Amino acid sequence: MFLFDETHSSSFSEFLASRDPDRLRPVPHVSAPLPAFPHGTTVLAIRFQDGVLMAGDRQGTEGFQVSGRRIEKVFKTDAHSAVAIAGAAGPAIELARLFQVELEHYEKLEGDVLSCEGKANKLGQMVRGNLPMAFQGLVVIPLFAGYDLTRREGRIFKYDVTGGRYEETEYYATGSGGKDARDTMKALYRRGLSETQALRIALEALYNAAEDDVGTGGPDLVRGIYPTMKLMTGDGLRDVEESRIAAECRTLIDARRERA
Amino acid sequence: MALPYYVSPEQMMADKAEYARKGIAKGRSIVAMEYADGLLLVADNPSASLHKISEMYDRIAFAGAGKYNEFEMLRKAGIRHADLKGYTYSREDVAAKSLANAYSQTIGSIFSADPKPLEVELLVVEVGQGEKPNELYRISFDGSIIDERGVAVIGGKAEALLTFLKSRWTSAALSLRDALQLSVDALETVTSQKLGPDALEVAVLDRARPGRTFRRLTPGDARGLLNPP
Repeated sequence: MFLFDETHSSSFSEFLASRDPDRLRPVPHVSAPLPAFPHGTTVLAIRFQDGVLMAGDRQGTEGFQVSGRRIEKVFKTDAHSAVAIAGAAGPAIELARLFQVELEHYEKLEGDVLSCEGKANKLGQMVRGNLPMAFQGLVVIPLFAGYDLTRREGRIFKYDVTGGRYEETEYYATGSGGKDARDTMKALYRRGLSETQALRIALEALYNAAEDDVGTGGPDLVRGIYPTMKLMTGDGLRDVEESRIAAECRTLIDARRERA
Repeated sequence: MALPYYVSPEQMMADKAEYARKGIAKGRSIVAMEYADGLLLVADNPSASLHKISEMYDRIAFAGAGKYNEFEMLRKAGIRHADLKGYTYSREDVAAKSLANAYSQTIGSIFSADPKPLEVELLVVEVGQGEKPNELYRISFDGSIIDERGVAVIGGKAEALLTFLKSRWTSAALSLRDALQLSVDALETVTSQKLGPDALEVAVLDRARPGRTFRRLTPGDARGLLNPP
C-alpha cells in the first residue's frame, strides 16, 4: 500500500531495494563477453579560490567507434555538488541519476541537506554496490565534487571500483584520458587560482587528453560542440555558459596554432 | 455469556468523525493561497524546526495539520511515492492529483477499518507550469478530497478562516507581499492574537523557478515583506 512504514531510513536506494529488489539487482552473470557498449572518457575536477570546477569532454566511445558526440558526463546532484562519470556509460548515468534522487530524497525527508562528507560517503557505498557488475566489465568510476558549506571550500573525491573513497586536495581526472589530463593539471596547477584560470587549465587538460587519448573528443568547431563545465561555489552550482567555453576554446586553439 | 455491545455503523462513524474533528480543531491553522507568481503557504507555527509545510516534489508542496506523528508519517510516505514515481518514469510525471488520490485512499481506509481514525487534515498543492492552472487539494480525516480554487485552509479554526479569506481574496493577481499580509491578517483575526514573523512558517512554490520550485521564507524574509523599509 501507500504507507511503506516498514522502512524508517532516509535513503532512497535502500527504500527502492526493499520495495523492488529487482530494480537494483546487477545484470545476470553471462560467461560470453559483452558486446561493445558506450564508454564515457575524460572528466576532471579542479579547485580554485572560490570553490571547485568540474568538466568533461562530450564523446562516448564504443570499441573503436564514436558512439556519441554530445554526451553529458557532468551531472548536477544538488545545489552544491556534482558527479562526473567515466566508464560504462549506461550504468554510470543510472548511478548519477540514482545519486541525485538519493540526495534530494534525504533533503526532503530530513529537512536538511547532507554534509559534503556525507554525500561523498554515500556515493562510495553506491559504487561498492556496483562491484558485481564491475567483475563483468561494467566498471563505473565517478568523480565527486562539491562545495563544503561548513568548511567554505570546494572538495574533490575520487573512487575505486570497490567503493574506496579518496579525497584530492588540488585536482583530479579520471577516464581513459584521465592520465593525460592529470599531467597537464600537474604542470599548470597552483594554489588560489581564479575562476578563469581554473577554466583555462581545465580546457587545456581536456584538449591534451583528446590529443593523446583516442577515446576522448576535443572541441568540435564544425558542429559547435564544446566540453561542459560546472562551477560550485558558496552561491551554489552553476553551468559555465557555452559561449564562454567556446570563446576560451578558440583562444586556446589559436595559441596552439601559433606555437605549431 | 456476555454479548458484545451492538453499535450501529452510523453511530460508529459519527463517533470517529467527532473524535477526529476534535483532535484537528485543537491544532493551529495553515493557509494556502494563489498569488501572481505561484502558491503561498503560511502556517501558524511557533517551532522553527518542526515543520508543517514541506517540499514534496519539483512543483508540489505538502502541508499537514493535526497530530504531528500522523501527518509526518503521511508526509514521508508521499515523498517516497513521488520520488519513486519520478525515478521510475520521469520528473514531469509526478502530479499532485495522483498524490492526493493516494492520500485519500489511505486515510479513507484507515478511517473505516481502524478503531482510531487519523487526526489529520492535509493540503497537497501544485503550481502550474506555463499556462497550466494551479491545483489545491484538501484531504480530510475521513479521506474525502476537495479540489479548492484560489484559497484553501486546514486545521484549527479552518471554517472561520475560510469565511474571512473568501470575502477578501479577490484574484490570483495578488503580489507576494499582499498575499502574505492577507494570510497573516486572517490568522491573527481568528486567533485574536498578534503573530510576528517568528511565529509563522512561510513557504512558496515559485512558478518561474526551473526544477525545484519550493522555497522557504525565513522570518527575516517575511519581516522584510510585511514591513518594507
